[in-house]
Amino acid sequence: MTETNTATATVNMANLRGGIEYASQWHLMWLRFCKHRLAVAGLLVVVCFYIVAIFAEFLAPFDPEKPNARLVYHPPQGVRLFDEKGFNPHGQFFELTRDPQTLKPAYLPKEGAKVELEFFARGFEYNMLGLIPTDIHFIGPKDKSQMFYLFGADRLGRDMLSRVIYGARFTLSLGLFGVCMSVLLGIFFGGVAGYYGGRIDWIVMRVVEYIISLPTIPIWLALAAALPRDWPPYLQYLSITMVISLIGWTELARVVRGRFLALRGEVFVVAAKLDGCSEFRVIFRHMLPSLASHIIAAVTLAVPFMILAETSLSFLGLGLQPPSISWGVLLKEAQNIRSIAQAPWLFVPGACVVMAVLSLNFMGDGLRDAADPYSHGN
Amino acid sequence: MQFHPMPKPVLGCVGSLLAVFMESFTVLSFIFRRLLSAIPFTLMVSMTIFILIQLPPGDFVDSYAASLAAAGEHVDAAMMADMRHRFGLDQPVIVQYFKWITGVVQGDFGYSFEWNAPVSQLLGERMGLTFALTISTLLLSWAIALPIGIYSAVRRYSLFDYGFTLLGFICLAVPVFLMALVLMYLGVKYFGHDVTGLFSADYANAPWSWGRVLDLLSHIWIPVLLLGAEASAALIRIMRANLIDQLHMPYVVTARAKGLSEIRLLLKYPVRTALNPFVSTLGWTVPRLVSGAVIASIVLNLPTAGPLLFQSLLSQDIYLSGAFLLLLCLMTVIGTLLSDVLLVIIDPRIRLEH
Amino acid sequence: MVDHMKNTQAPEADKSSPVGDVILEVRGLKTYFGAGEKAVHAVDDVSFKLQRGKTLCIVGESGSGKTVAARSILQIVDPPGQIMGGEIIYHGSITQARQGQAPVDLARLAPKGREIRAIRGHDIAMIFQEPMTSLSPIHTIGNQIAEAILLHQKVGKAEARTRSIELLRRVEIPNPEVAIDKFTFEYSGGMRQRAMIAMALACNPQVLIADEPTTALDVTTQAEILALIKELQVAYGMSVLFITHDMGVVAEIADEIGVMRNGKMLEFGPAEQIFYNAQHDYTRELIDSVRKLETSARKSRGRKISEQKLLEVHGASKIYPARRSFLGKAGEPFKALDNVSFDLFEGENLGIVGESGSGKTTLGNCLIRVLEPSGGEMLYCTGAGHTIDVARQSTRELRQVHREIRMVFQDPFASLNPRMTIGQIIGEPLLVNKLLSGEALRARVKELLAMVGLPPMAMERYPHAFSGGQRQRIGIARALALNPRLIIADEATSALDVTLRSQVLDLMLDLQEKLNLSFILISHDIGVIRYFCDRVAVMYKGQIVETGPAEKICSEPDHPYTKALISAVPGTHPRDKRILGRHRYVAEPLAMPEKAAGPIALA
Repeated sequence: MTETNTATATVNMANLRGGIEYASQWHLMWLRFCKHRLAVAGLLVVVCFYIVAIFAEFLAPFDPEKPNARLVYHPPQGVRLFDEKGFNPHGQFFELTRDPQTLKPAYLPKEGAKVELEFFARGFEYNMLGLIPTDIHFIGPKDKSQMFYLFGADRLGRDMLSRVIYGARFTLSLGLFGVCMSVLLGIFFGGVAGYYGGRIDWIVMRVVEYIISLPTIPIWLALAAALPRDWPPYLQYLSITMVISLIGWTELARVVRGRFLALRGEVFVVAAKLDGCSEFRVIFRHMLPSLASHIIAAVTLAVPFMILAETSLSFLGLGLQPPSISWGVLLKEAQNIRSIAQAPWLFVPGACVVMAVLSLNFMGDGLRDAADPYSHGN
Repeated sequence: MQFHPMPKPVLGCVGSLLAVFMESFTVLSFIFRRLLSAIPFTLMVSMTIFILIQLPPGDFVDSYAASLAAAGEHVDAAMMADMRHRFGLDQPVIVQYFKWITGVVQGDFGYSFEWNAPVSQLLGERMGLTFALTISTLLLSWAIALPIGIYSAVRRYSLFDYGFTLLGFICLAVPVFLMALVLMYLGVKYFGHDVTGLFSADYANAPWSWGRVLDLLSHIWIPVLLLGAEASAALIRIMRANLIDQLHMPYVVTARAKGLSEIRLLLKYPVRTALNPFVSTLGWTVPRLVSGAVIASIVLNLPTAGPLLFQSLLSQDIYLSGAFLLLLCLMTVIGTLLSDVLLVIIDPRIRLEH
Repeated sequence: MVDHMKNTQAPEADKSSPVGDVILEVRGLKTYFGAGEKAVHAVDDVSFKLQRGKTLCIVGESGSGKTVAARSILQIVDPPGQIMGGEIIYHGSITQARQGQAPVDLARLAPKGREIRAIRGHDIAMIFQEPMTSLSPIHTIGNQIAEAILLHQKVGKAEARTRSIELLRRVEIPNPEVAIDKFTFEYSGGMRQRAMIAMALACNPQVLIADEPTTALDVTTQAEILALIKELQVAYGMSVLFITHDMGVVAEIADEIGVMRNGKMLEFGPAEQIFYNAQHDYTRELIDSVRKLETSARKSRGRKISEQKLLEVHGASKIYPARRSFLGKAGEPFKALDNVSFDLFEGENLGIVGESGSGKTTLGNCLIRVLEPSGGEMLYCTGAGHTIDVARQSTRELRQVHREIRMVFQDPFASLNPRMTIGQIIGEPLLVNKLLSGEALRARVKELLAMVGLPPMAMERYPHAFSGGQRQRIGIARALALNPRLIIADEATSALDVTLRSQVLDLMLDLQEKLNLSFILISHDIGVIRYFCDRVAVMYKGQIVETGPAEKICSEPDHPYTKALISAVPGTHPRDKRILGRHRYVAEPLAMPEKAAGPIALA
């Protein structure tokens, strides 16, 4: 009898498609994620954004704080890669003129004049990744006395492109950092509630419900207003992150708790306990790997929330303060209706926020769909 | 086939009447108990808020003195102590809280140091307008989200569905203040129309009249649309997902096998069932709307709670900011309450399974 | 319009022909999911005839296309399913046929059109497998029944309500005047299926299509529902198309049988012919695997049962405290296990049989302390010869017990961690008990895989690469890893198709002979119990009502509940029709559930 059993089993195994049966759940999750084209696109954009944030100094052509009183609200300059000499990247040169009647200042392109650009140009000095001192930048004008504004200039003639690149560093890192704090809080409270259940669960969940039912912005405003305005940037950064994640952890705690509760009843977890696994091993070897994919998805969806929160607070002047540069701080410049009417390129950081949030949302949605191992059948 | 005669029809009627009575009784008792449970909740909210407004180092007198000093006036310590005593700021926090909360219960929200007026005088119209703004946004977003969500779910993966899914994603990705800014920019640039405020200059400080109401209506649609866009985007996604879950449930097949037409089938069964989780979203839509309304009204300079709350927080005018925070939070408490009660009324499973 | 009418008429229909015996005729039906090369041929060239007043059973295992075939008749296949070819000729009632009404080809009607809707629910009604999810959760039962009446008949709402009440009475629902205003979740499983039947009967249909209507029900409830359908069929003169995977049910009710596999109709013919003179190997295999479970494998193998008691359970109980109800009244505490006592000898196979809610799974979980028993003692004689009370072991001591008492779970999909390889899963108990590691562990896992008939290459794979039967073997290998003395198998075979079921049972019996094991097999399936066990304990509402040798319990039990249970089990011989002569114990499925007790008691 056993022999015939072996035979049928072996035959069945031979029918399997090659490769897939050796694939781990992570690999399968990745395959499912790749099917989601928008999510993959989102992932690529997010990776690009974070690369920009990491290599901000290298990628920024100018010192974001360097003002230029003569080039206030300089409009964006277009880039052309070729001219009569062949490959020679250059931007249009604008000249400040005044309207003869109204005497209003206006920048007009000057025929024939150009700002020649070069790759790996020398500019202001910095430490690459905080380690290697250098002054090489990805792109910059050949003539060091010239300015080149791809995204235009702000009210002090500072380069918006460089400011946006620096802003990406603050905003995106704050998103990640805030999520890390939320995750720690969320996993701790959610895990405790989900694993132990009973009265602890009840208390934690009431607290979570309580926090969720509060309107976030007024509470943030009140919390942020309590922070002294004159703190050094790093303290501001820390405290704003704290303020945001103090409210942001609840959603994660709910996800973690829900998954923990569902997993606690899973038969394979019961089986692990009967195998003689310690509580520690049950949680870390058997439950967490199944949770991890869901947590990753939830975290990805929480980052945009953090980014939106930071920009909103900084925009109102309650988050990061100049001279720190974040997208929210930059958008604060756009608060005045007259300045945006004059210089619509002040919206560029806003476009960056929208793009980052969109791509993170797409990516998170894709991850969430891919995370459920049984959602697409076996 | 012959049917048996009906045995105790009268008793049956009494039974069903009684059942109806029992049901309405359970609903009433649920509402009552839910109201009771909102009381400790509200108390907790009030405590949180009081702690929040006490958080900033220093107090109003400090910031007042600082602003006077900035203006070049000299403030001496005795005068500051006198002010503190007058406003009761020298008492322990607990005492201040109890004074405050007993006042609030009686309708006295304290005194605004900055405006030199009772807080309740400053609240009235601004809270009323905030409320009107939130309610109309809520109604609008439901009116938009329901039909679009249903259509998207039924015609899944159609051009319409893709279009609205993308639009929804974008609406969710644009922060409210940015959308307000863009609106302002477009208004000025292309329509030559100032989109800020809720009233024209003529009516801003005028007493209520028909003209003022019409003027309000001609202004309020901009913030309503602004806030409604984000809320609708979220609600469309939820309605669509809920309905897609329901569309292929066995009970839909059963109803189809009865010979029901598709449209009646859709509205009577899956849409009706998908409505239940949809109603429960009220619990978090309201806090979100209130949040969005605060920030939008700061940007658009609406005469609602937002700007005044913001200003009072900056100047540590604690009773004013406390009153606004409390009332805004209370609105969300009412929102969750409403969603719970509605859910009990429309979902027999919740009503009867307790 | 005229064209359309012509199209819907069956080509060879002749108006002057006499009324035939056939009411529904399916010819060459093809229903595909998707289009082109990748299309799944769920129903592929299927033909059958349904006779007036007769029952046709279509039988097949999961994925055979039987349900899709049934749904194609009313064109209610979920998209992307679509009828791609064939005819479904509906001949109409005798009266209609005599009046010269032409037969209609249902396959050519527009799926959302008026014509097919007029037939759905009116001429051809349908009942479904899962009565809980097949009825709307938020509409009253009465609303859903009256809807069918109002759709097809010109009557007022009050009249529809009166008729609905009569229908509920007709399907033997107590207090129909009250029950009509109840919701689905206030009904028990059997009552829901009765309500669904009432709904199907609303317009006196000519044909009733029943899609696995008893699969989700307990065996005694199943017998009640089958008998009810039979009775109503005679009373209403209906033809019944019955879809099922259970050969036993087929034997009880079928006049004619169609056997489906992979979308094809393998065999079609009168019941006796199929059962006693099947042409197709697969049909014979289906029937044989059911008949095999009517015998005892233990009797034919040499049993080695010692006098030594391995486990002695005295007065075990599990009580859940009352939950405070909505109005603040405290209900009765729920006794999931009520003073349960039994013995198990070394080398013996004990079966615990009962229906859903009888407490059999709770008992299994309490024995291994997945659940904490509320009282009683469970004396276990360890391999070292000590007697310990499992109910009173500390968490640490339990680890030792869990090395000797192992468990095999019901759901082969949920019981294996999807993120671990088979090697890791089977090796886990050896690893965490620090018995083996490294190469020795691999060797042992290979040996265990060989024992359950799986090749060593299974080790590196993840559970999703295996079928249900193979996964259950992996579960057994994991249980064997620690050389246990007792294995508790909780419904270990009920998730498997019938042909696999006996294979897994045989495997466990082989292992028992080799490894000197004892088994406690928990099951609702009398066949499995009879095949596998030496002694049986019958559970009902948390109590053991009867214990005895397997053959005696399964053939001539003493307790009235056991009698009802055994007599409700469908046989495998169409001539017997055992269910119609069954014992009825407590009319439990007929009572309204507890929740509705208040208002109903007053009525």
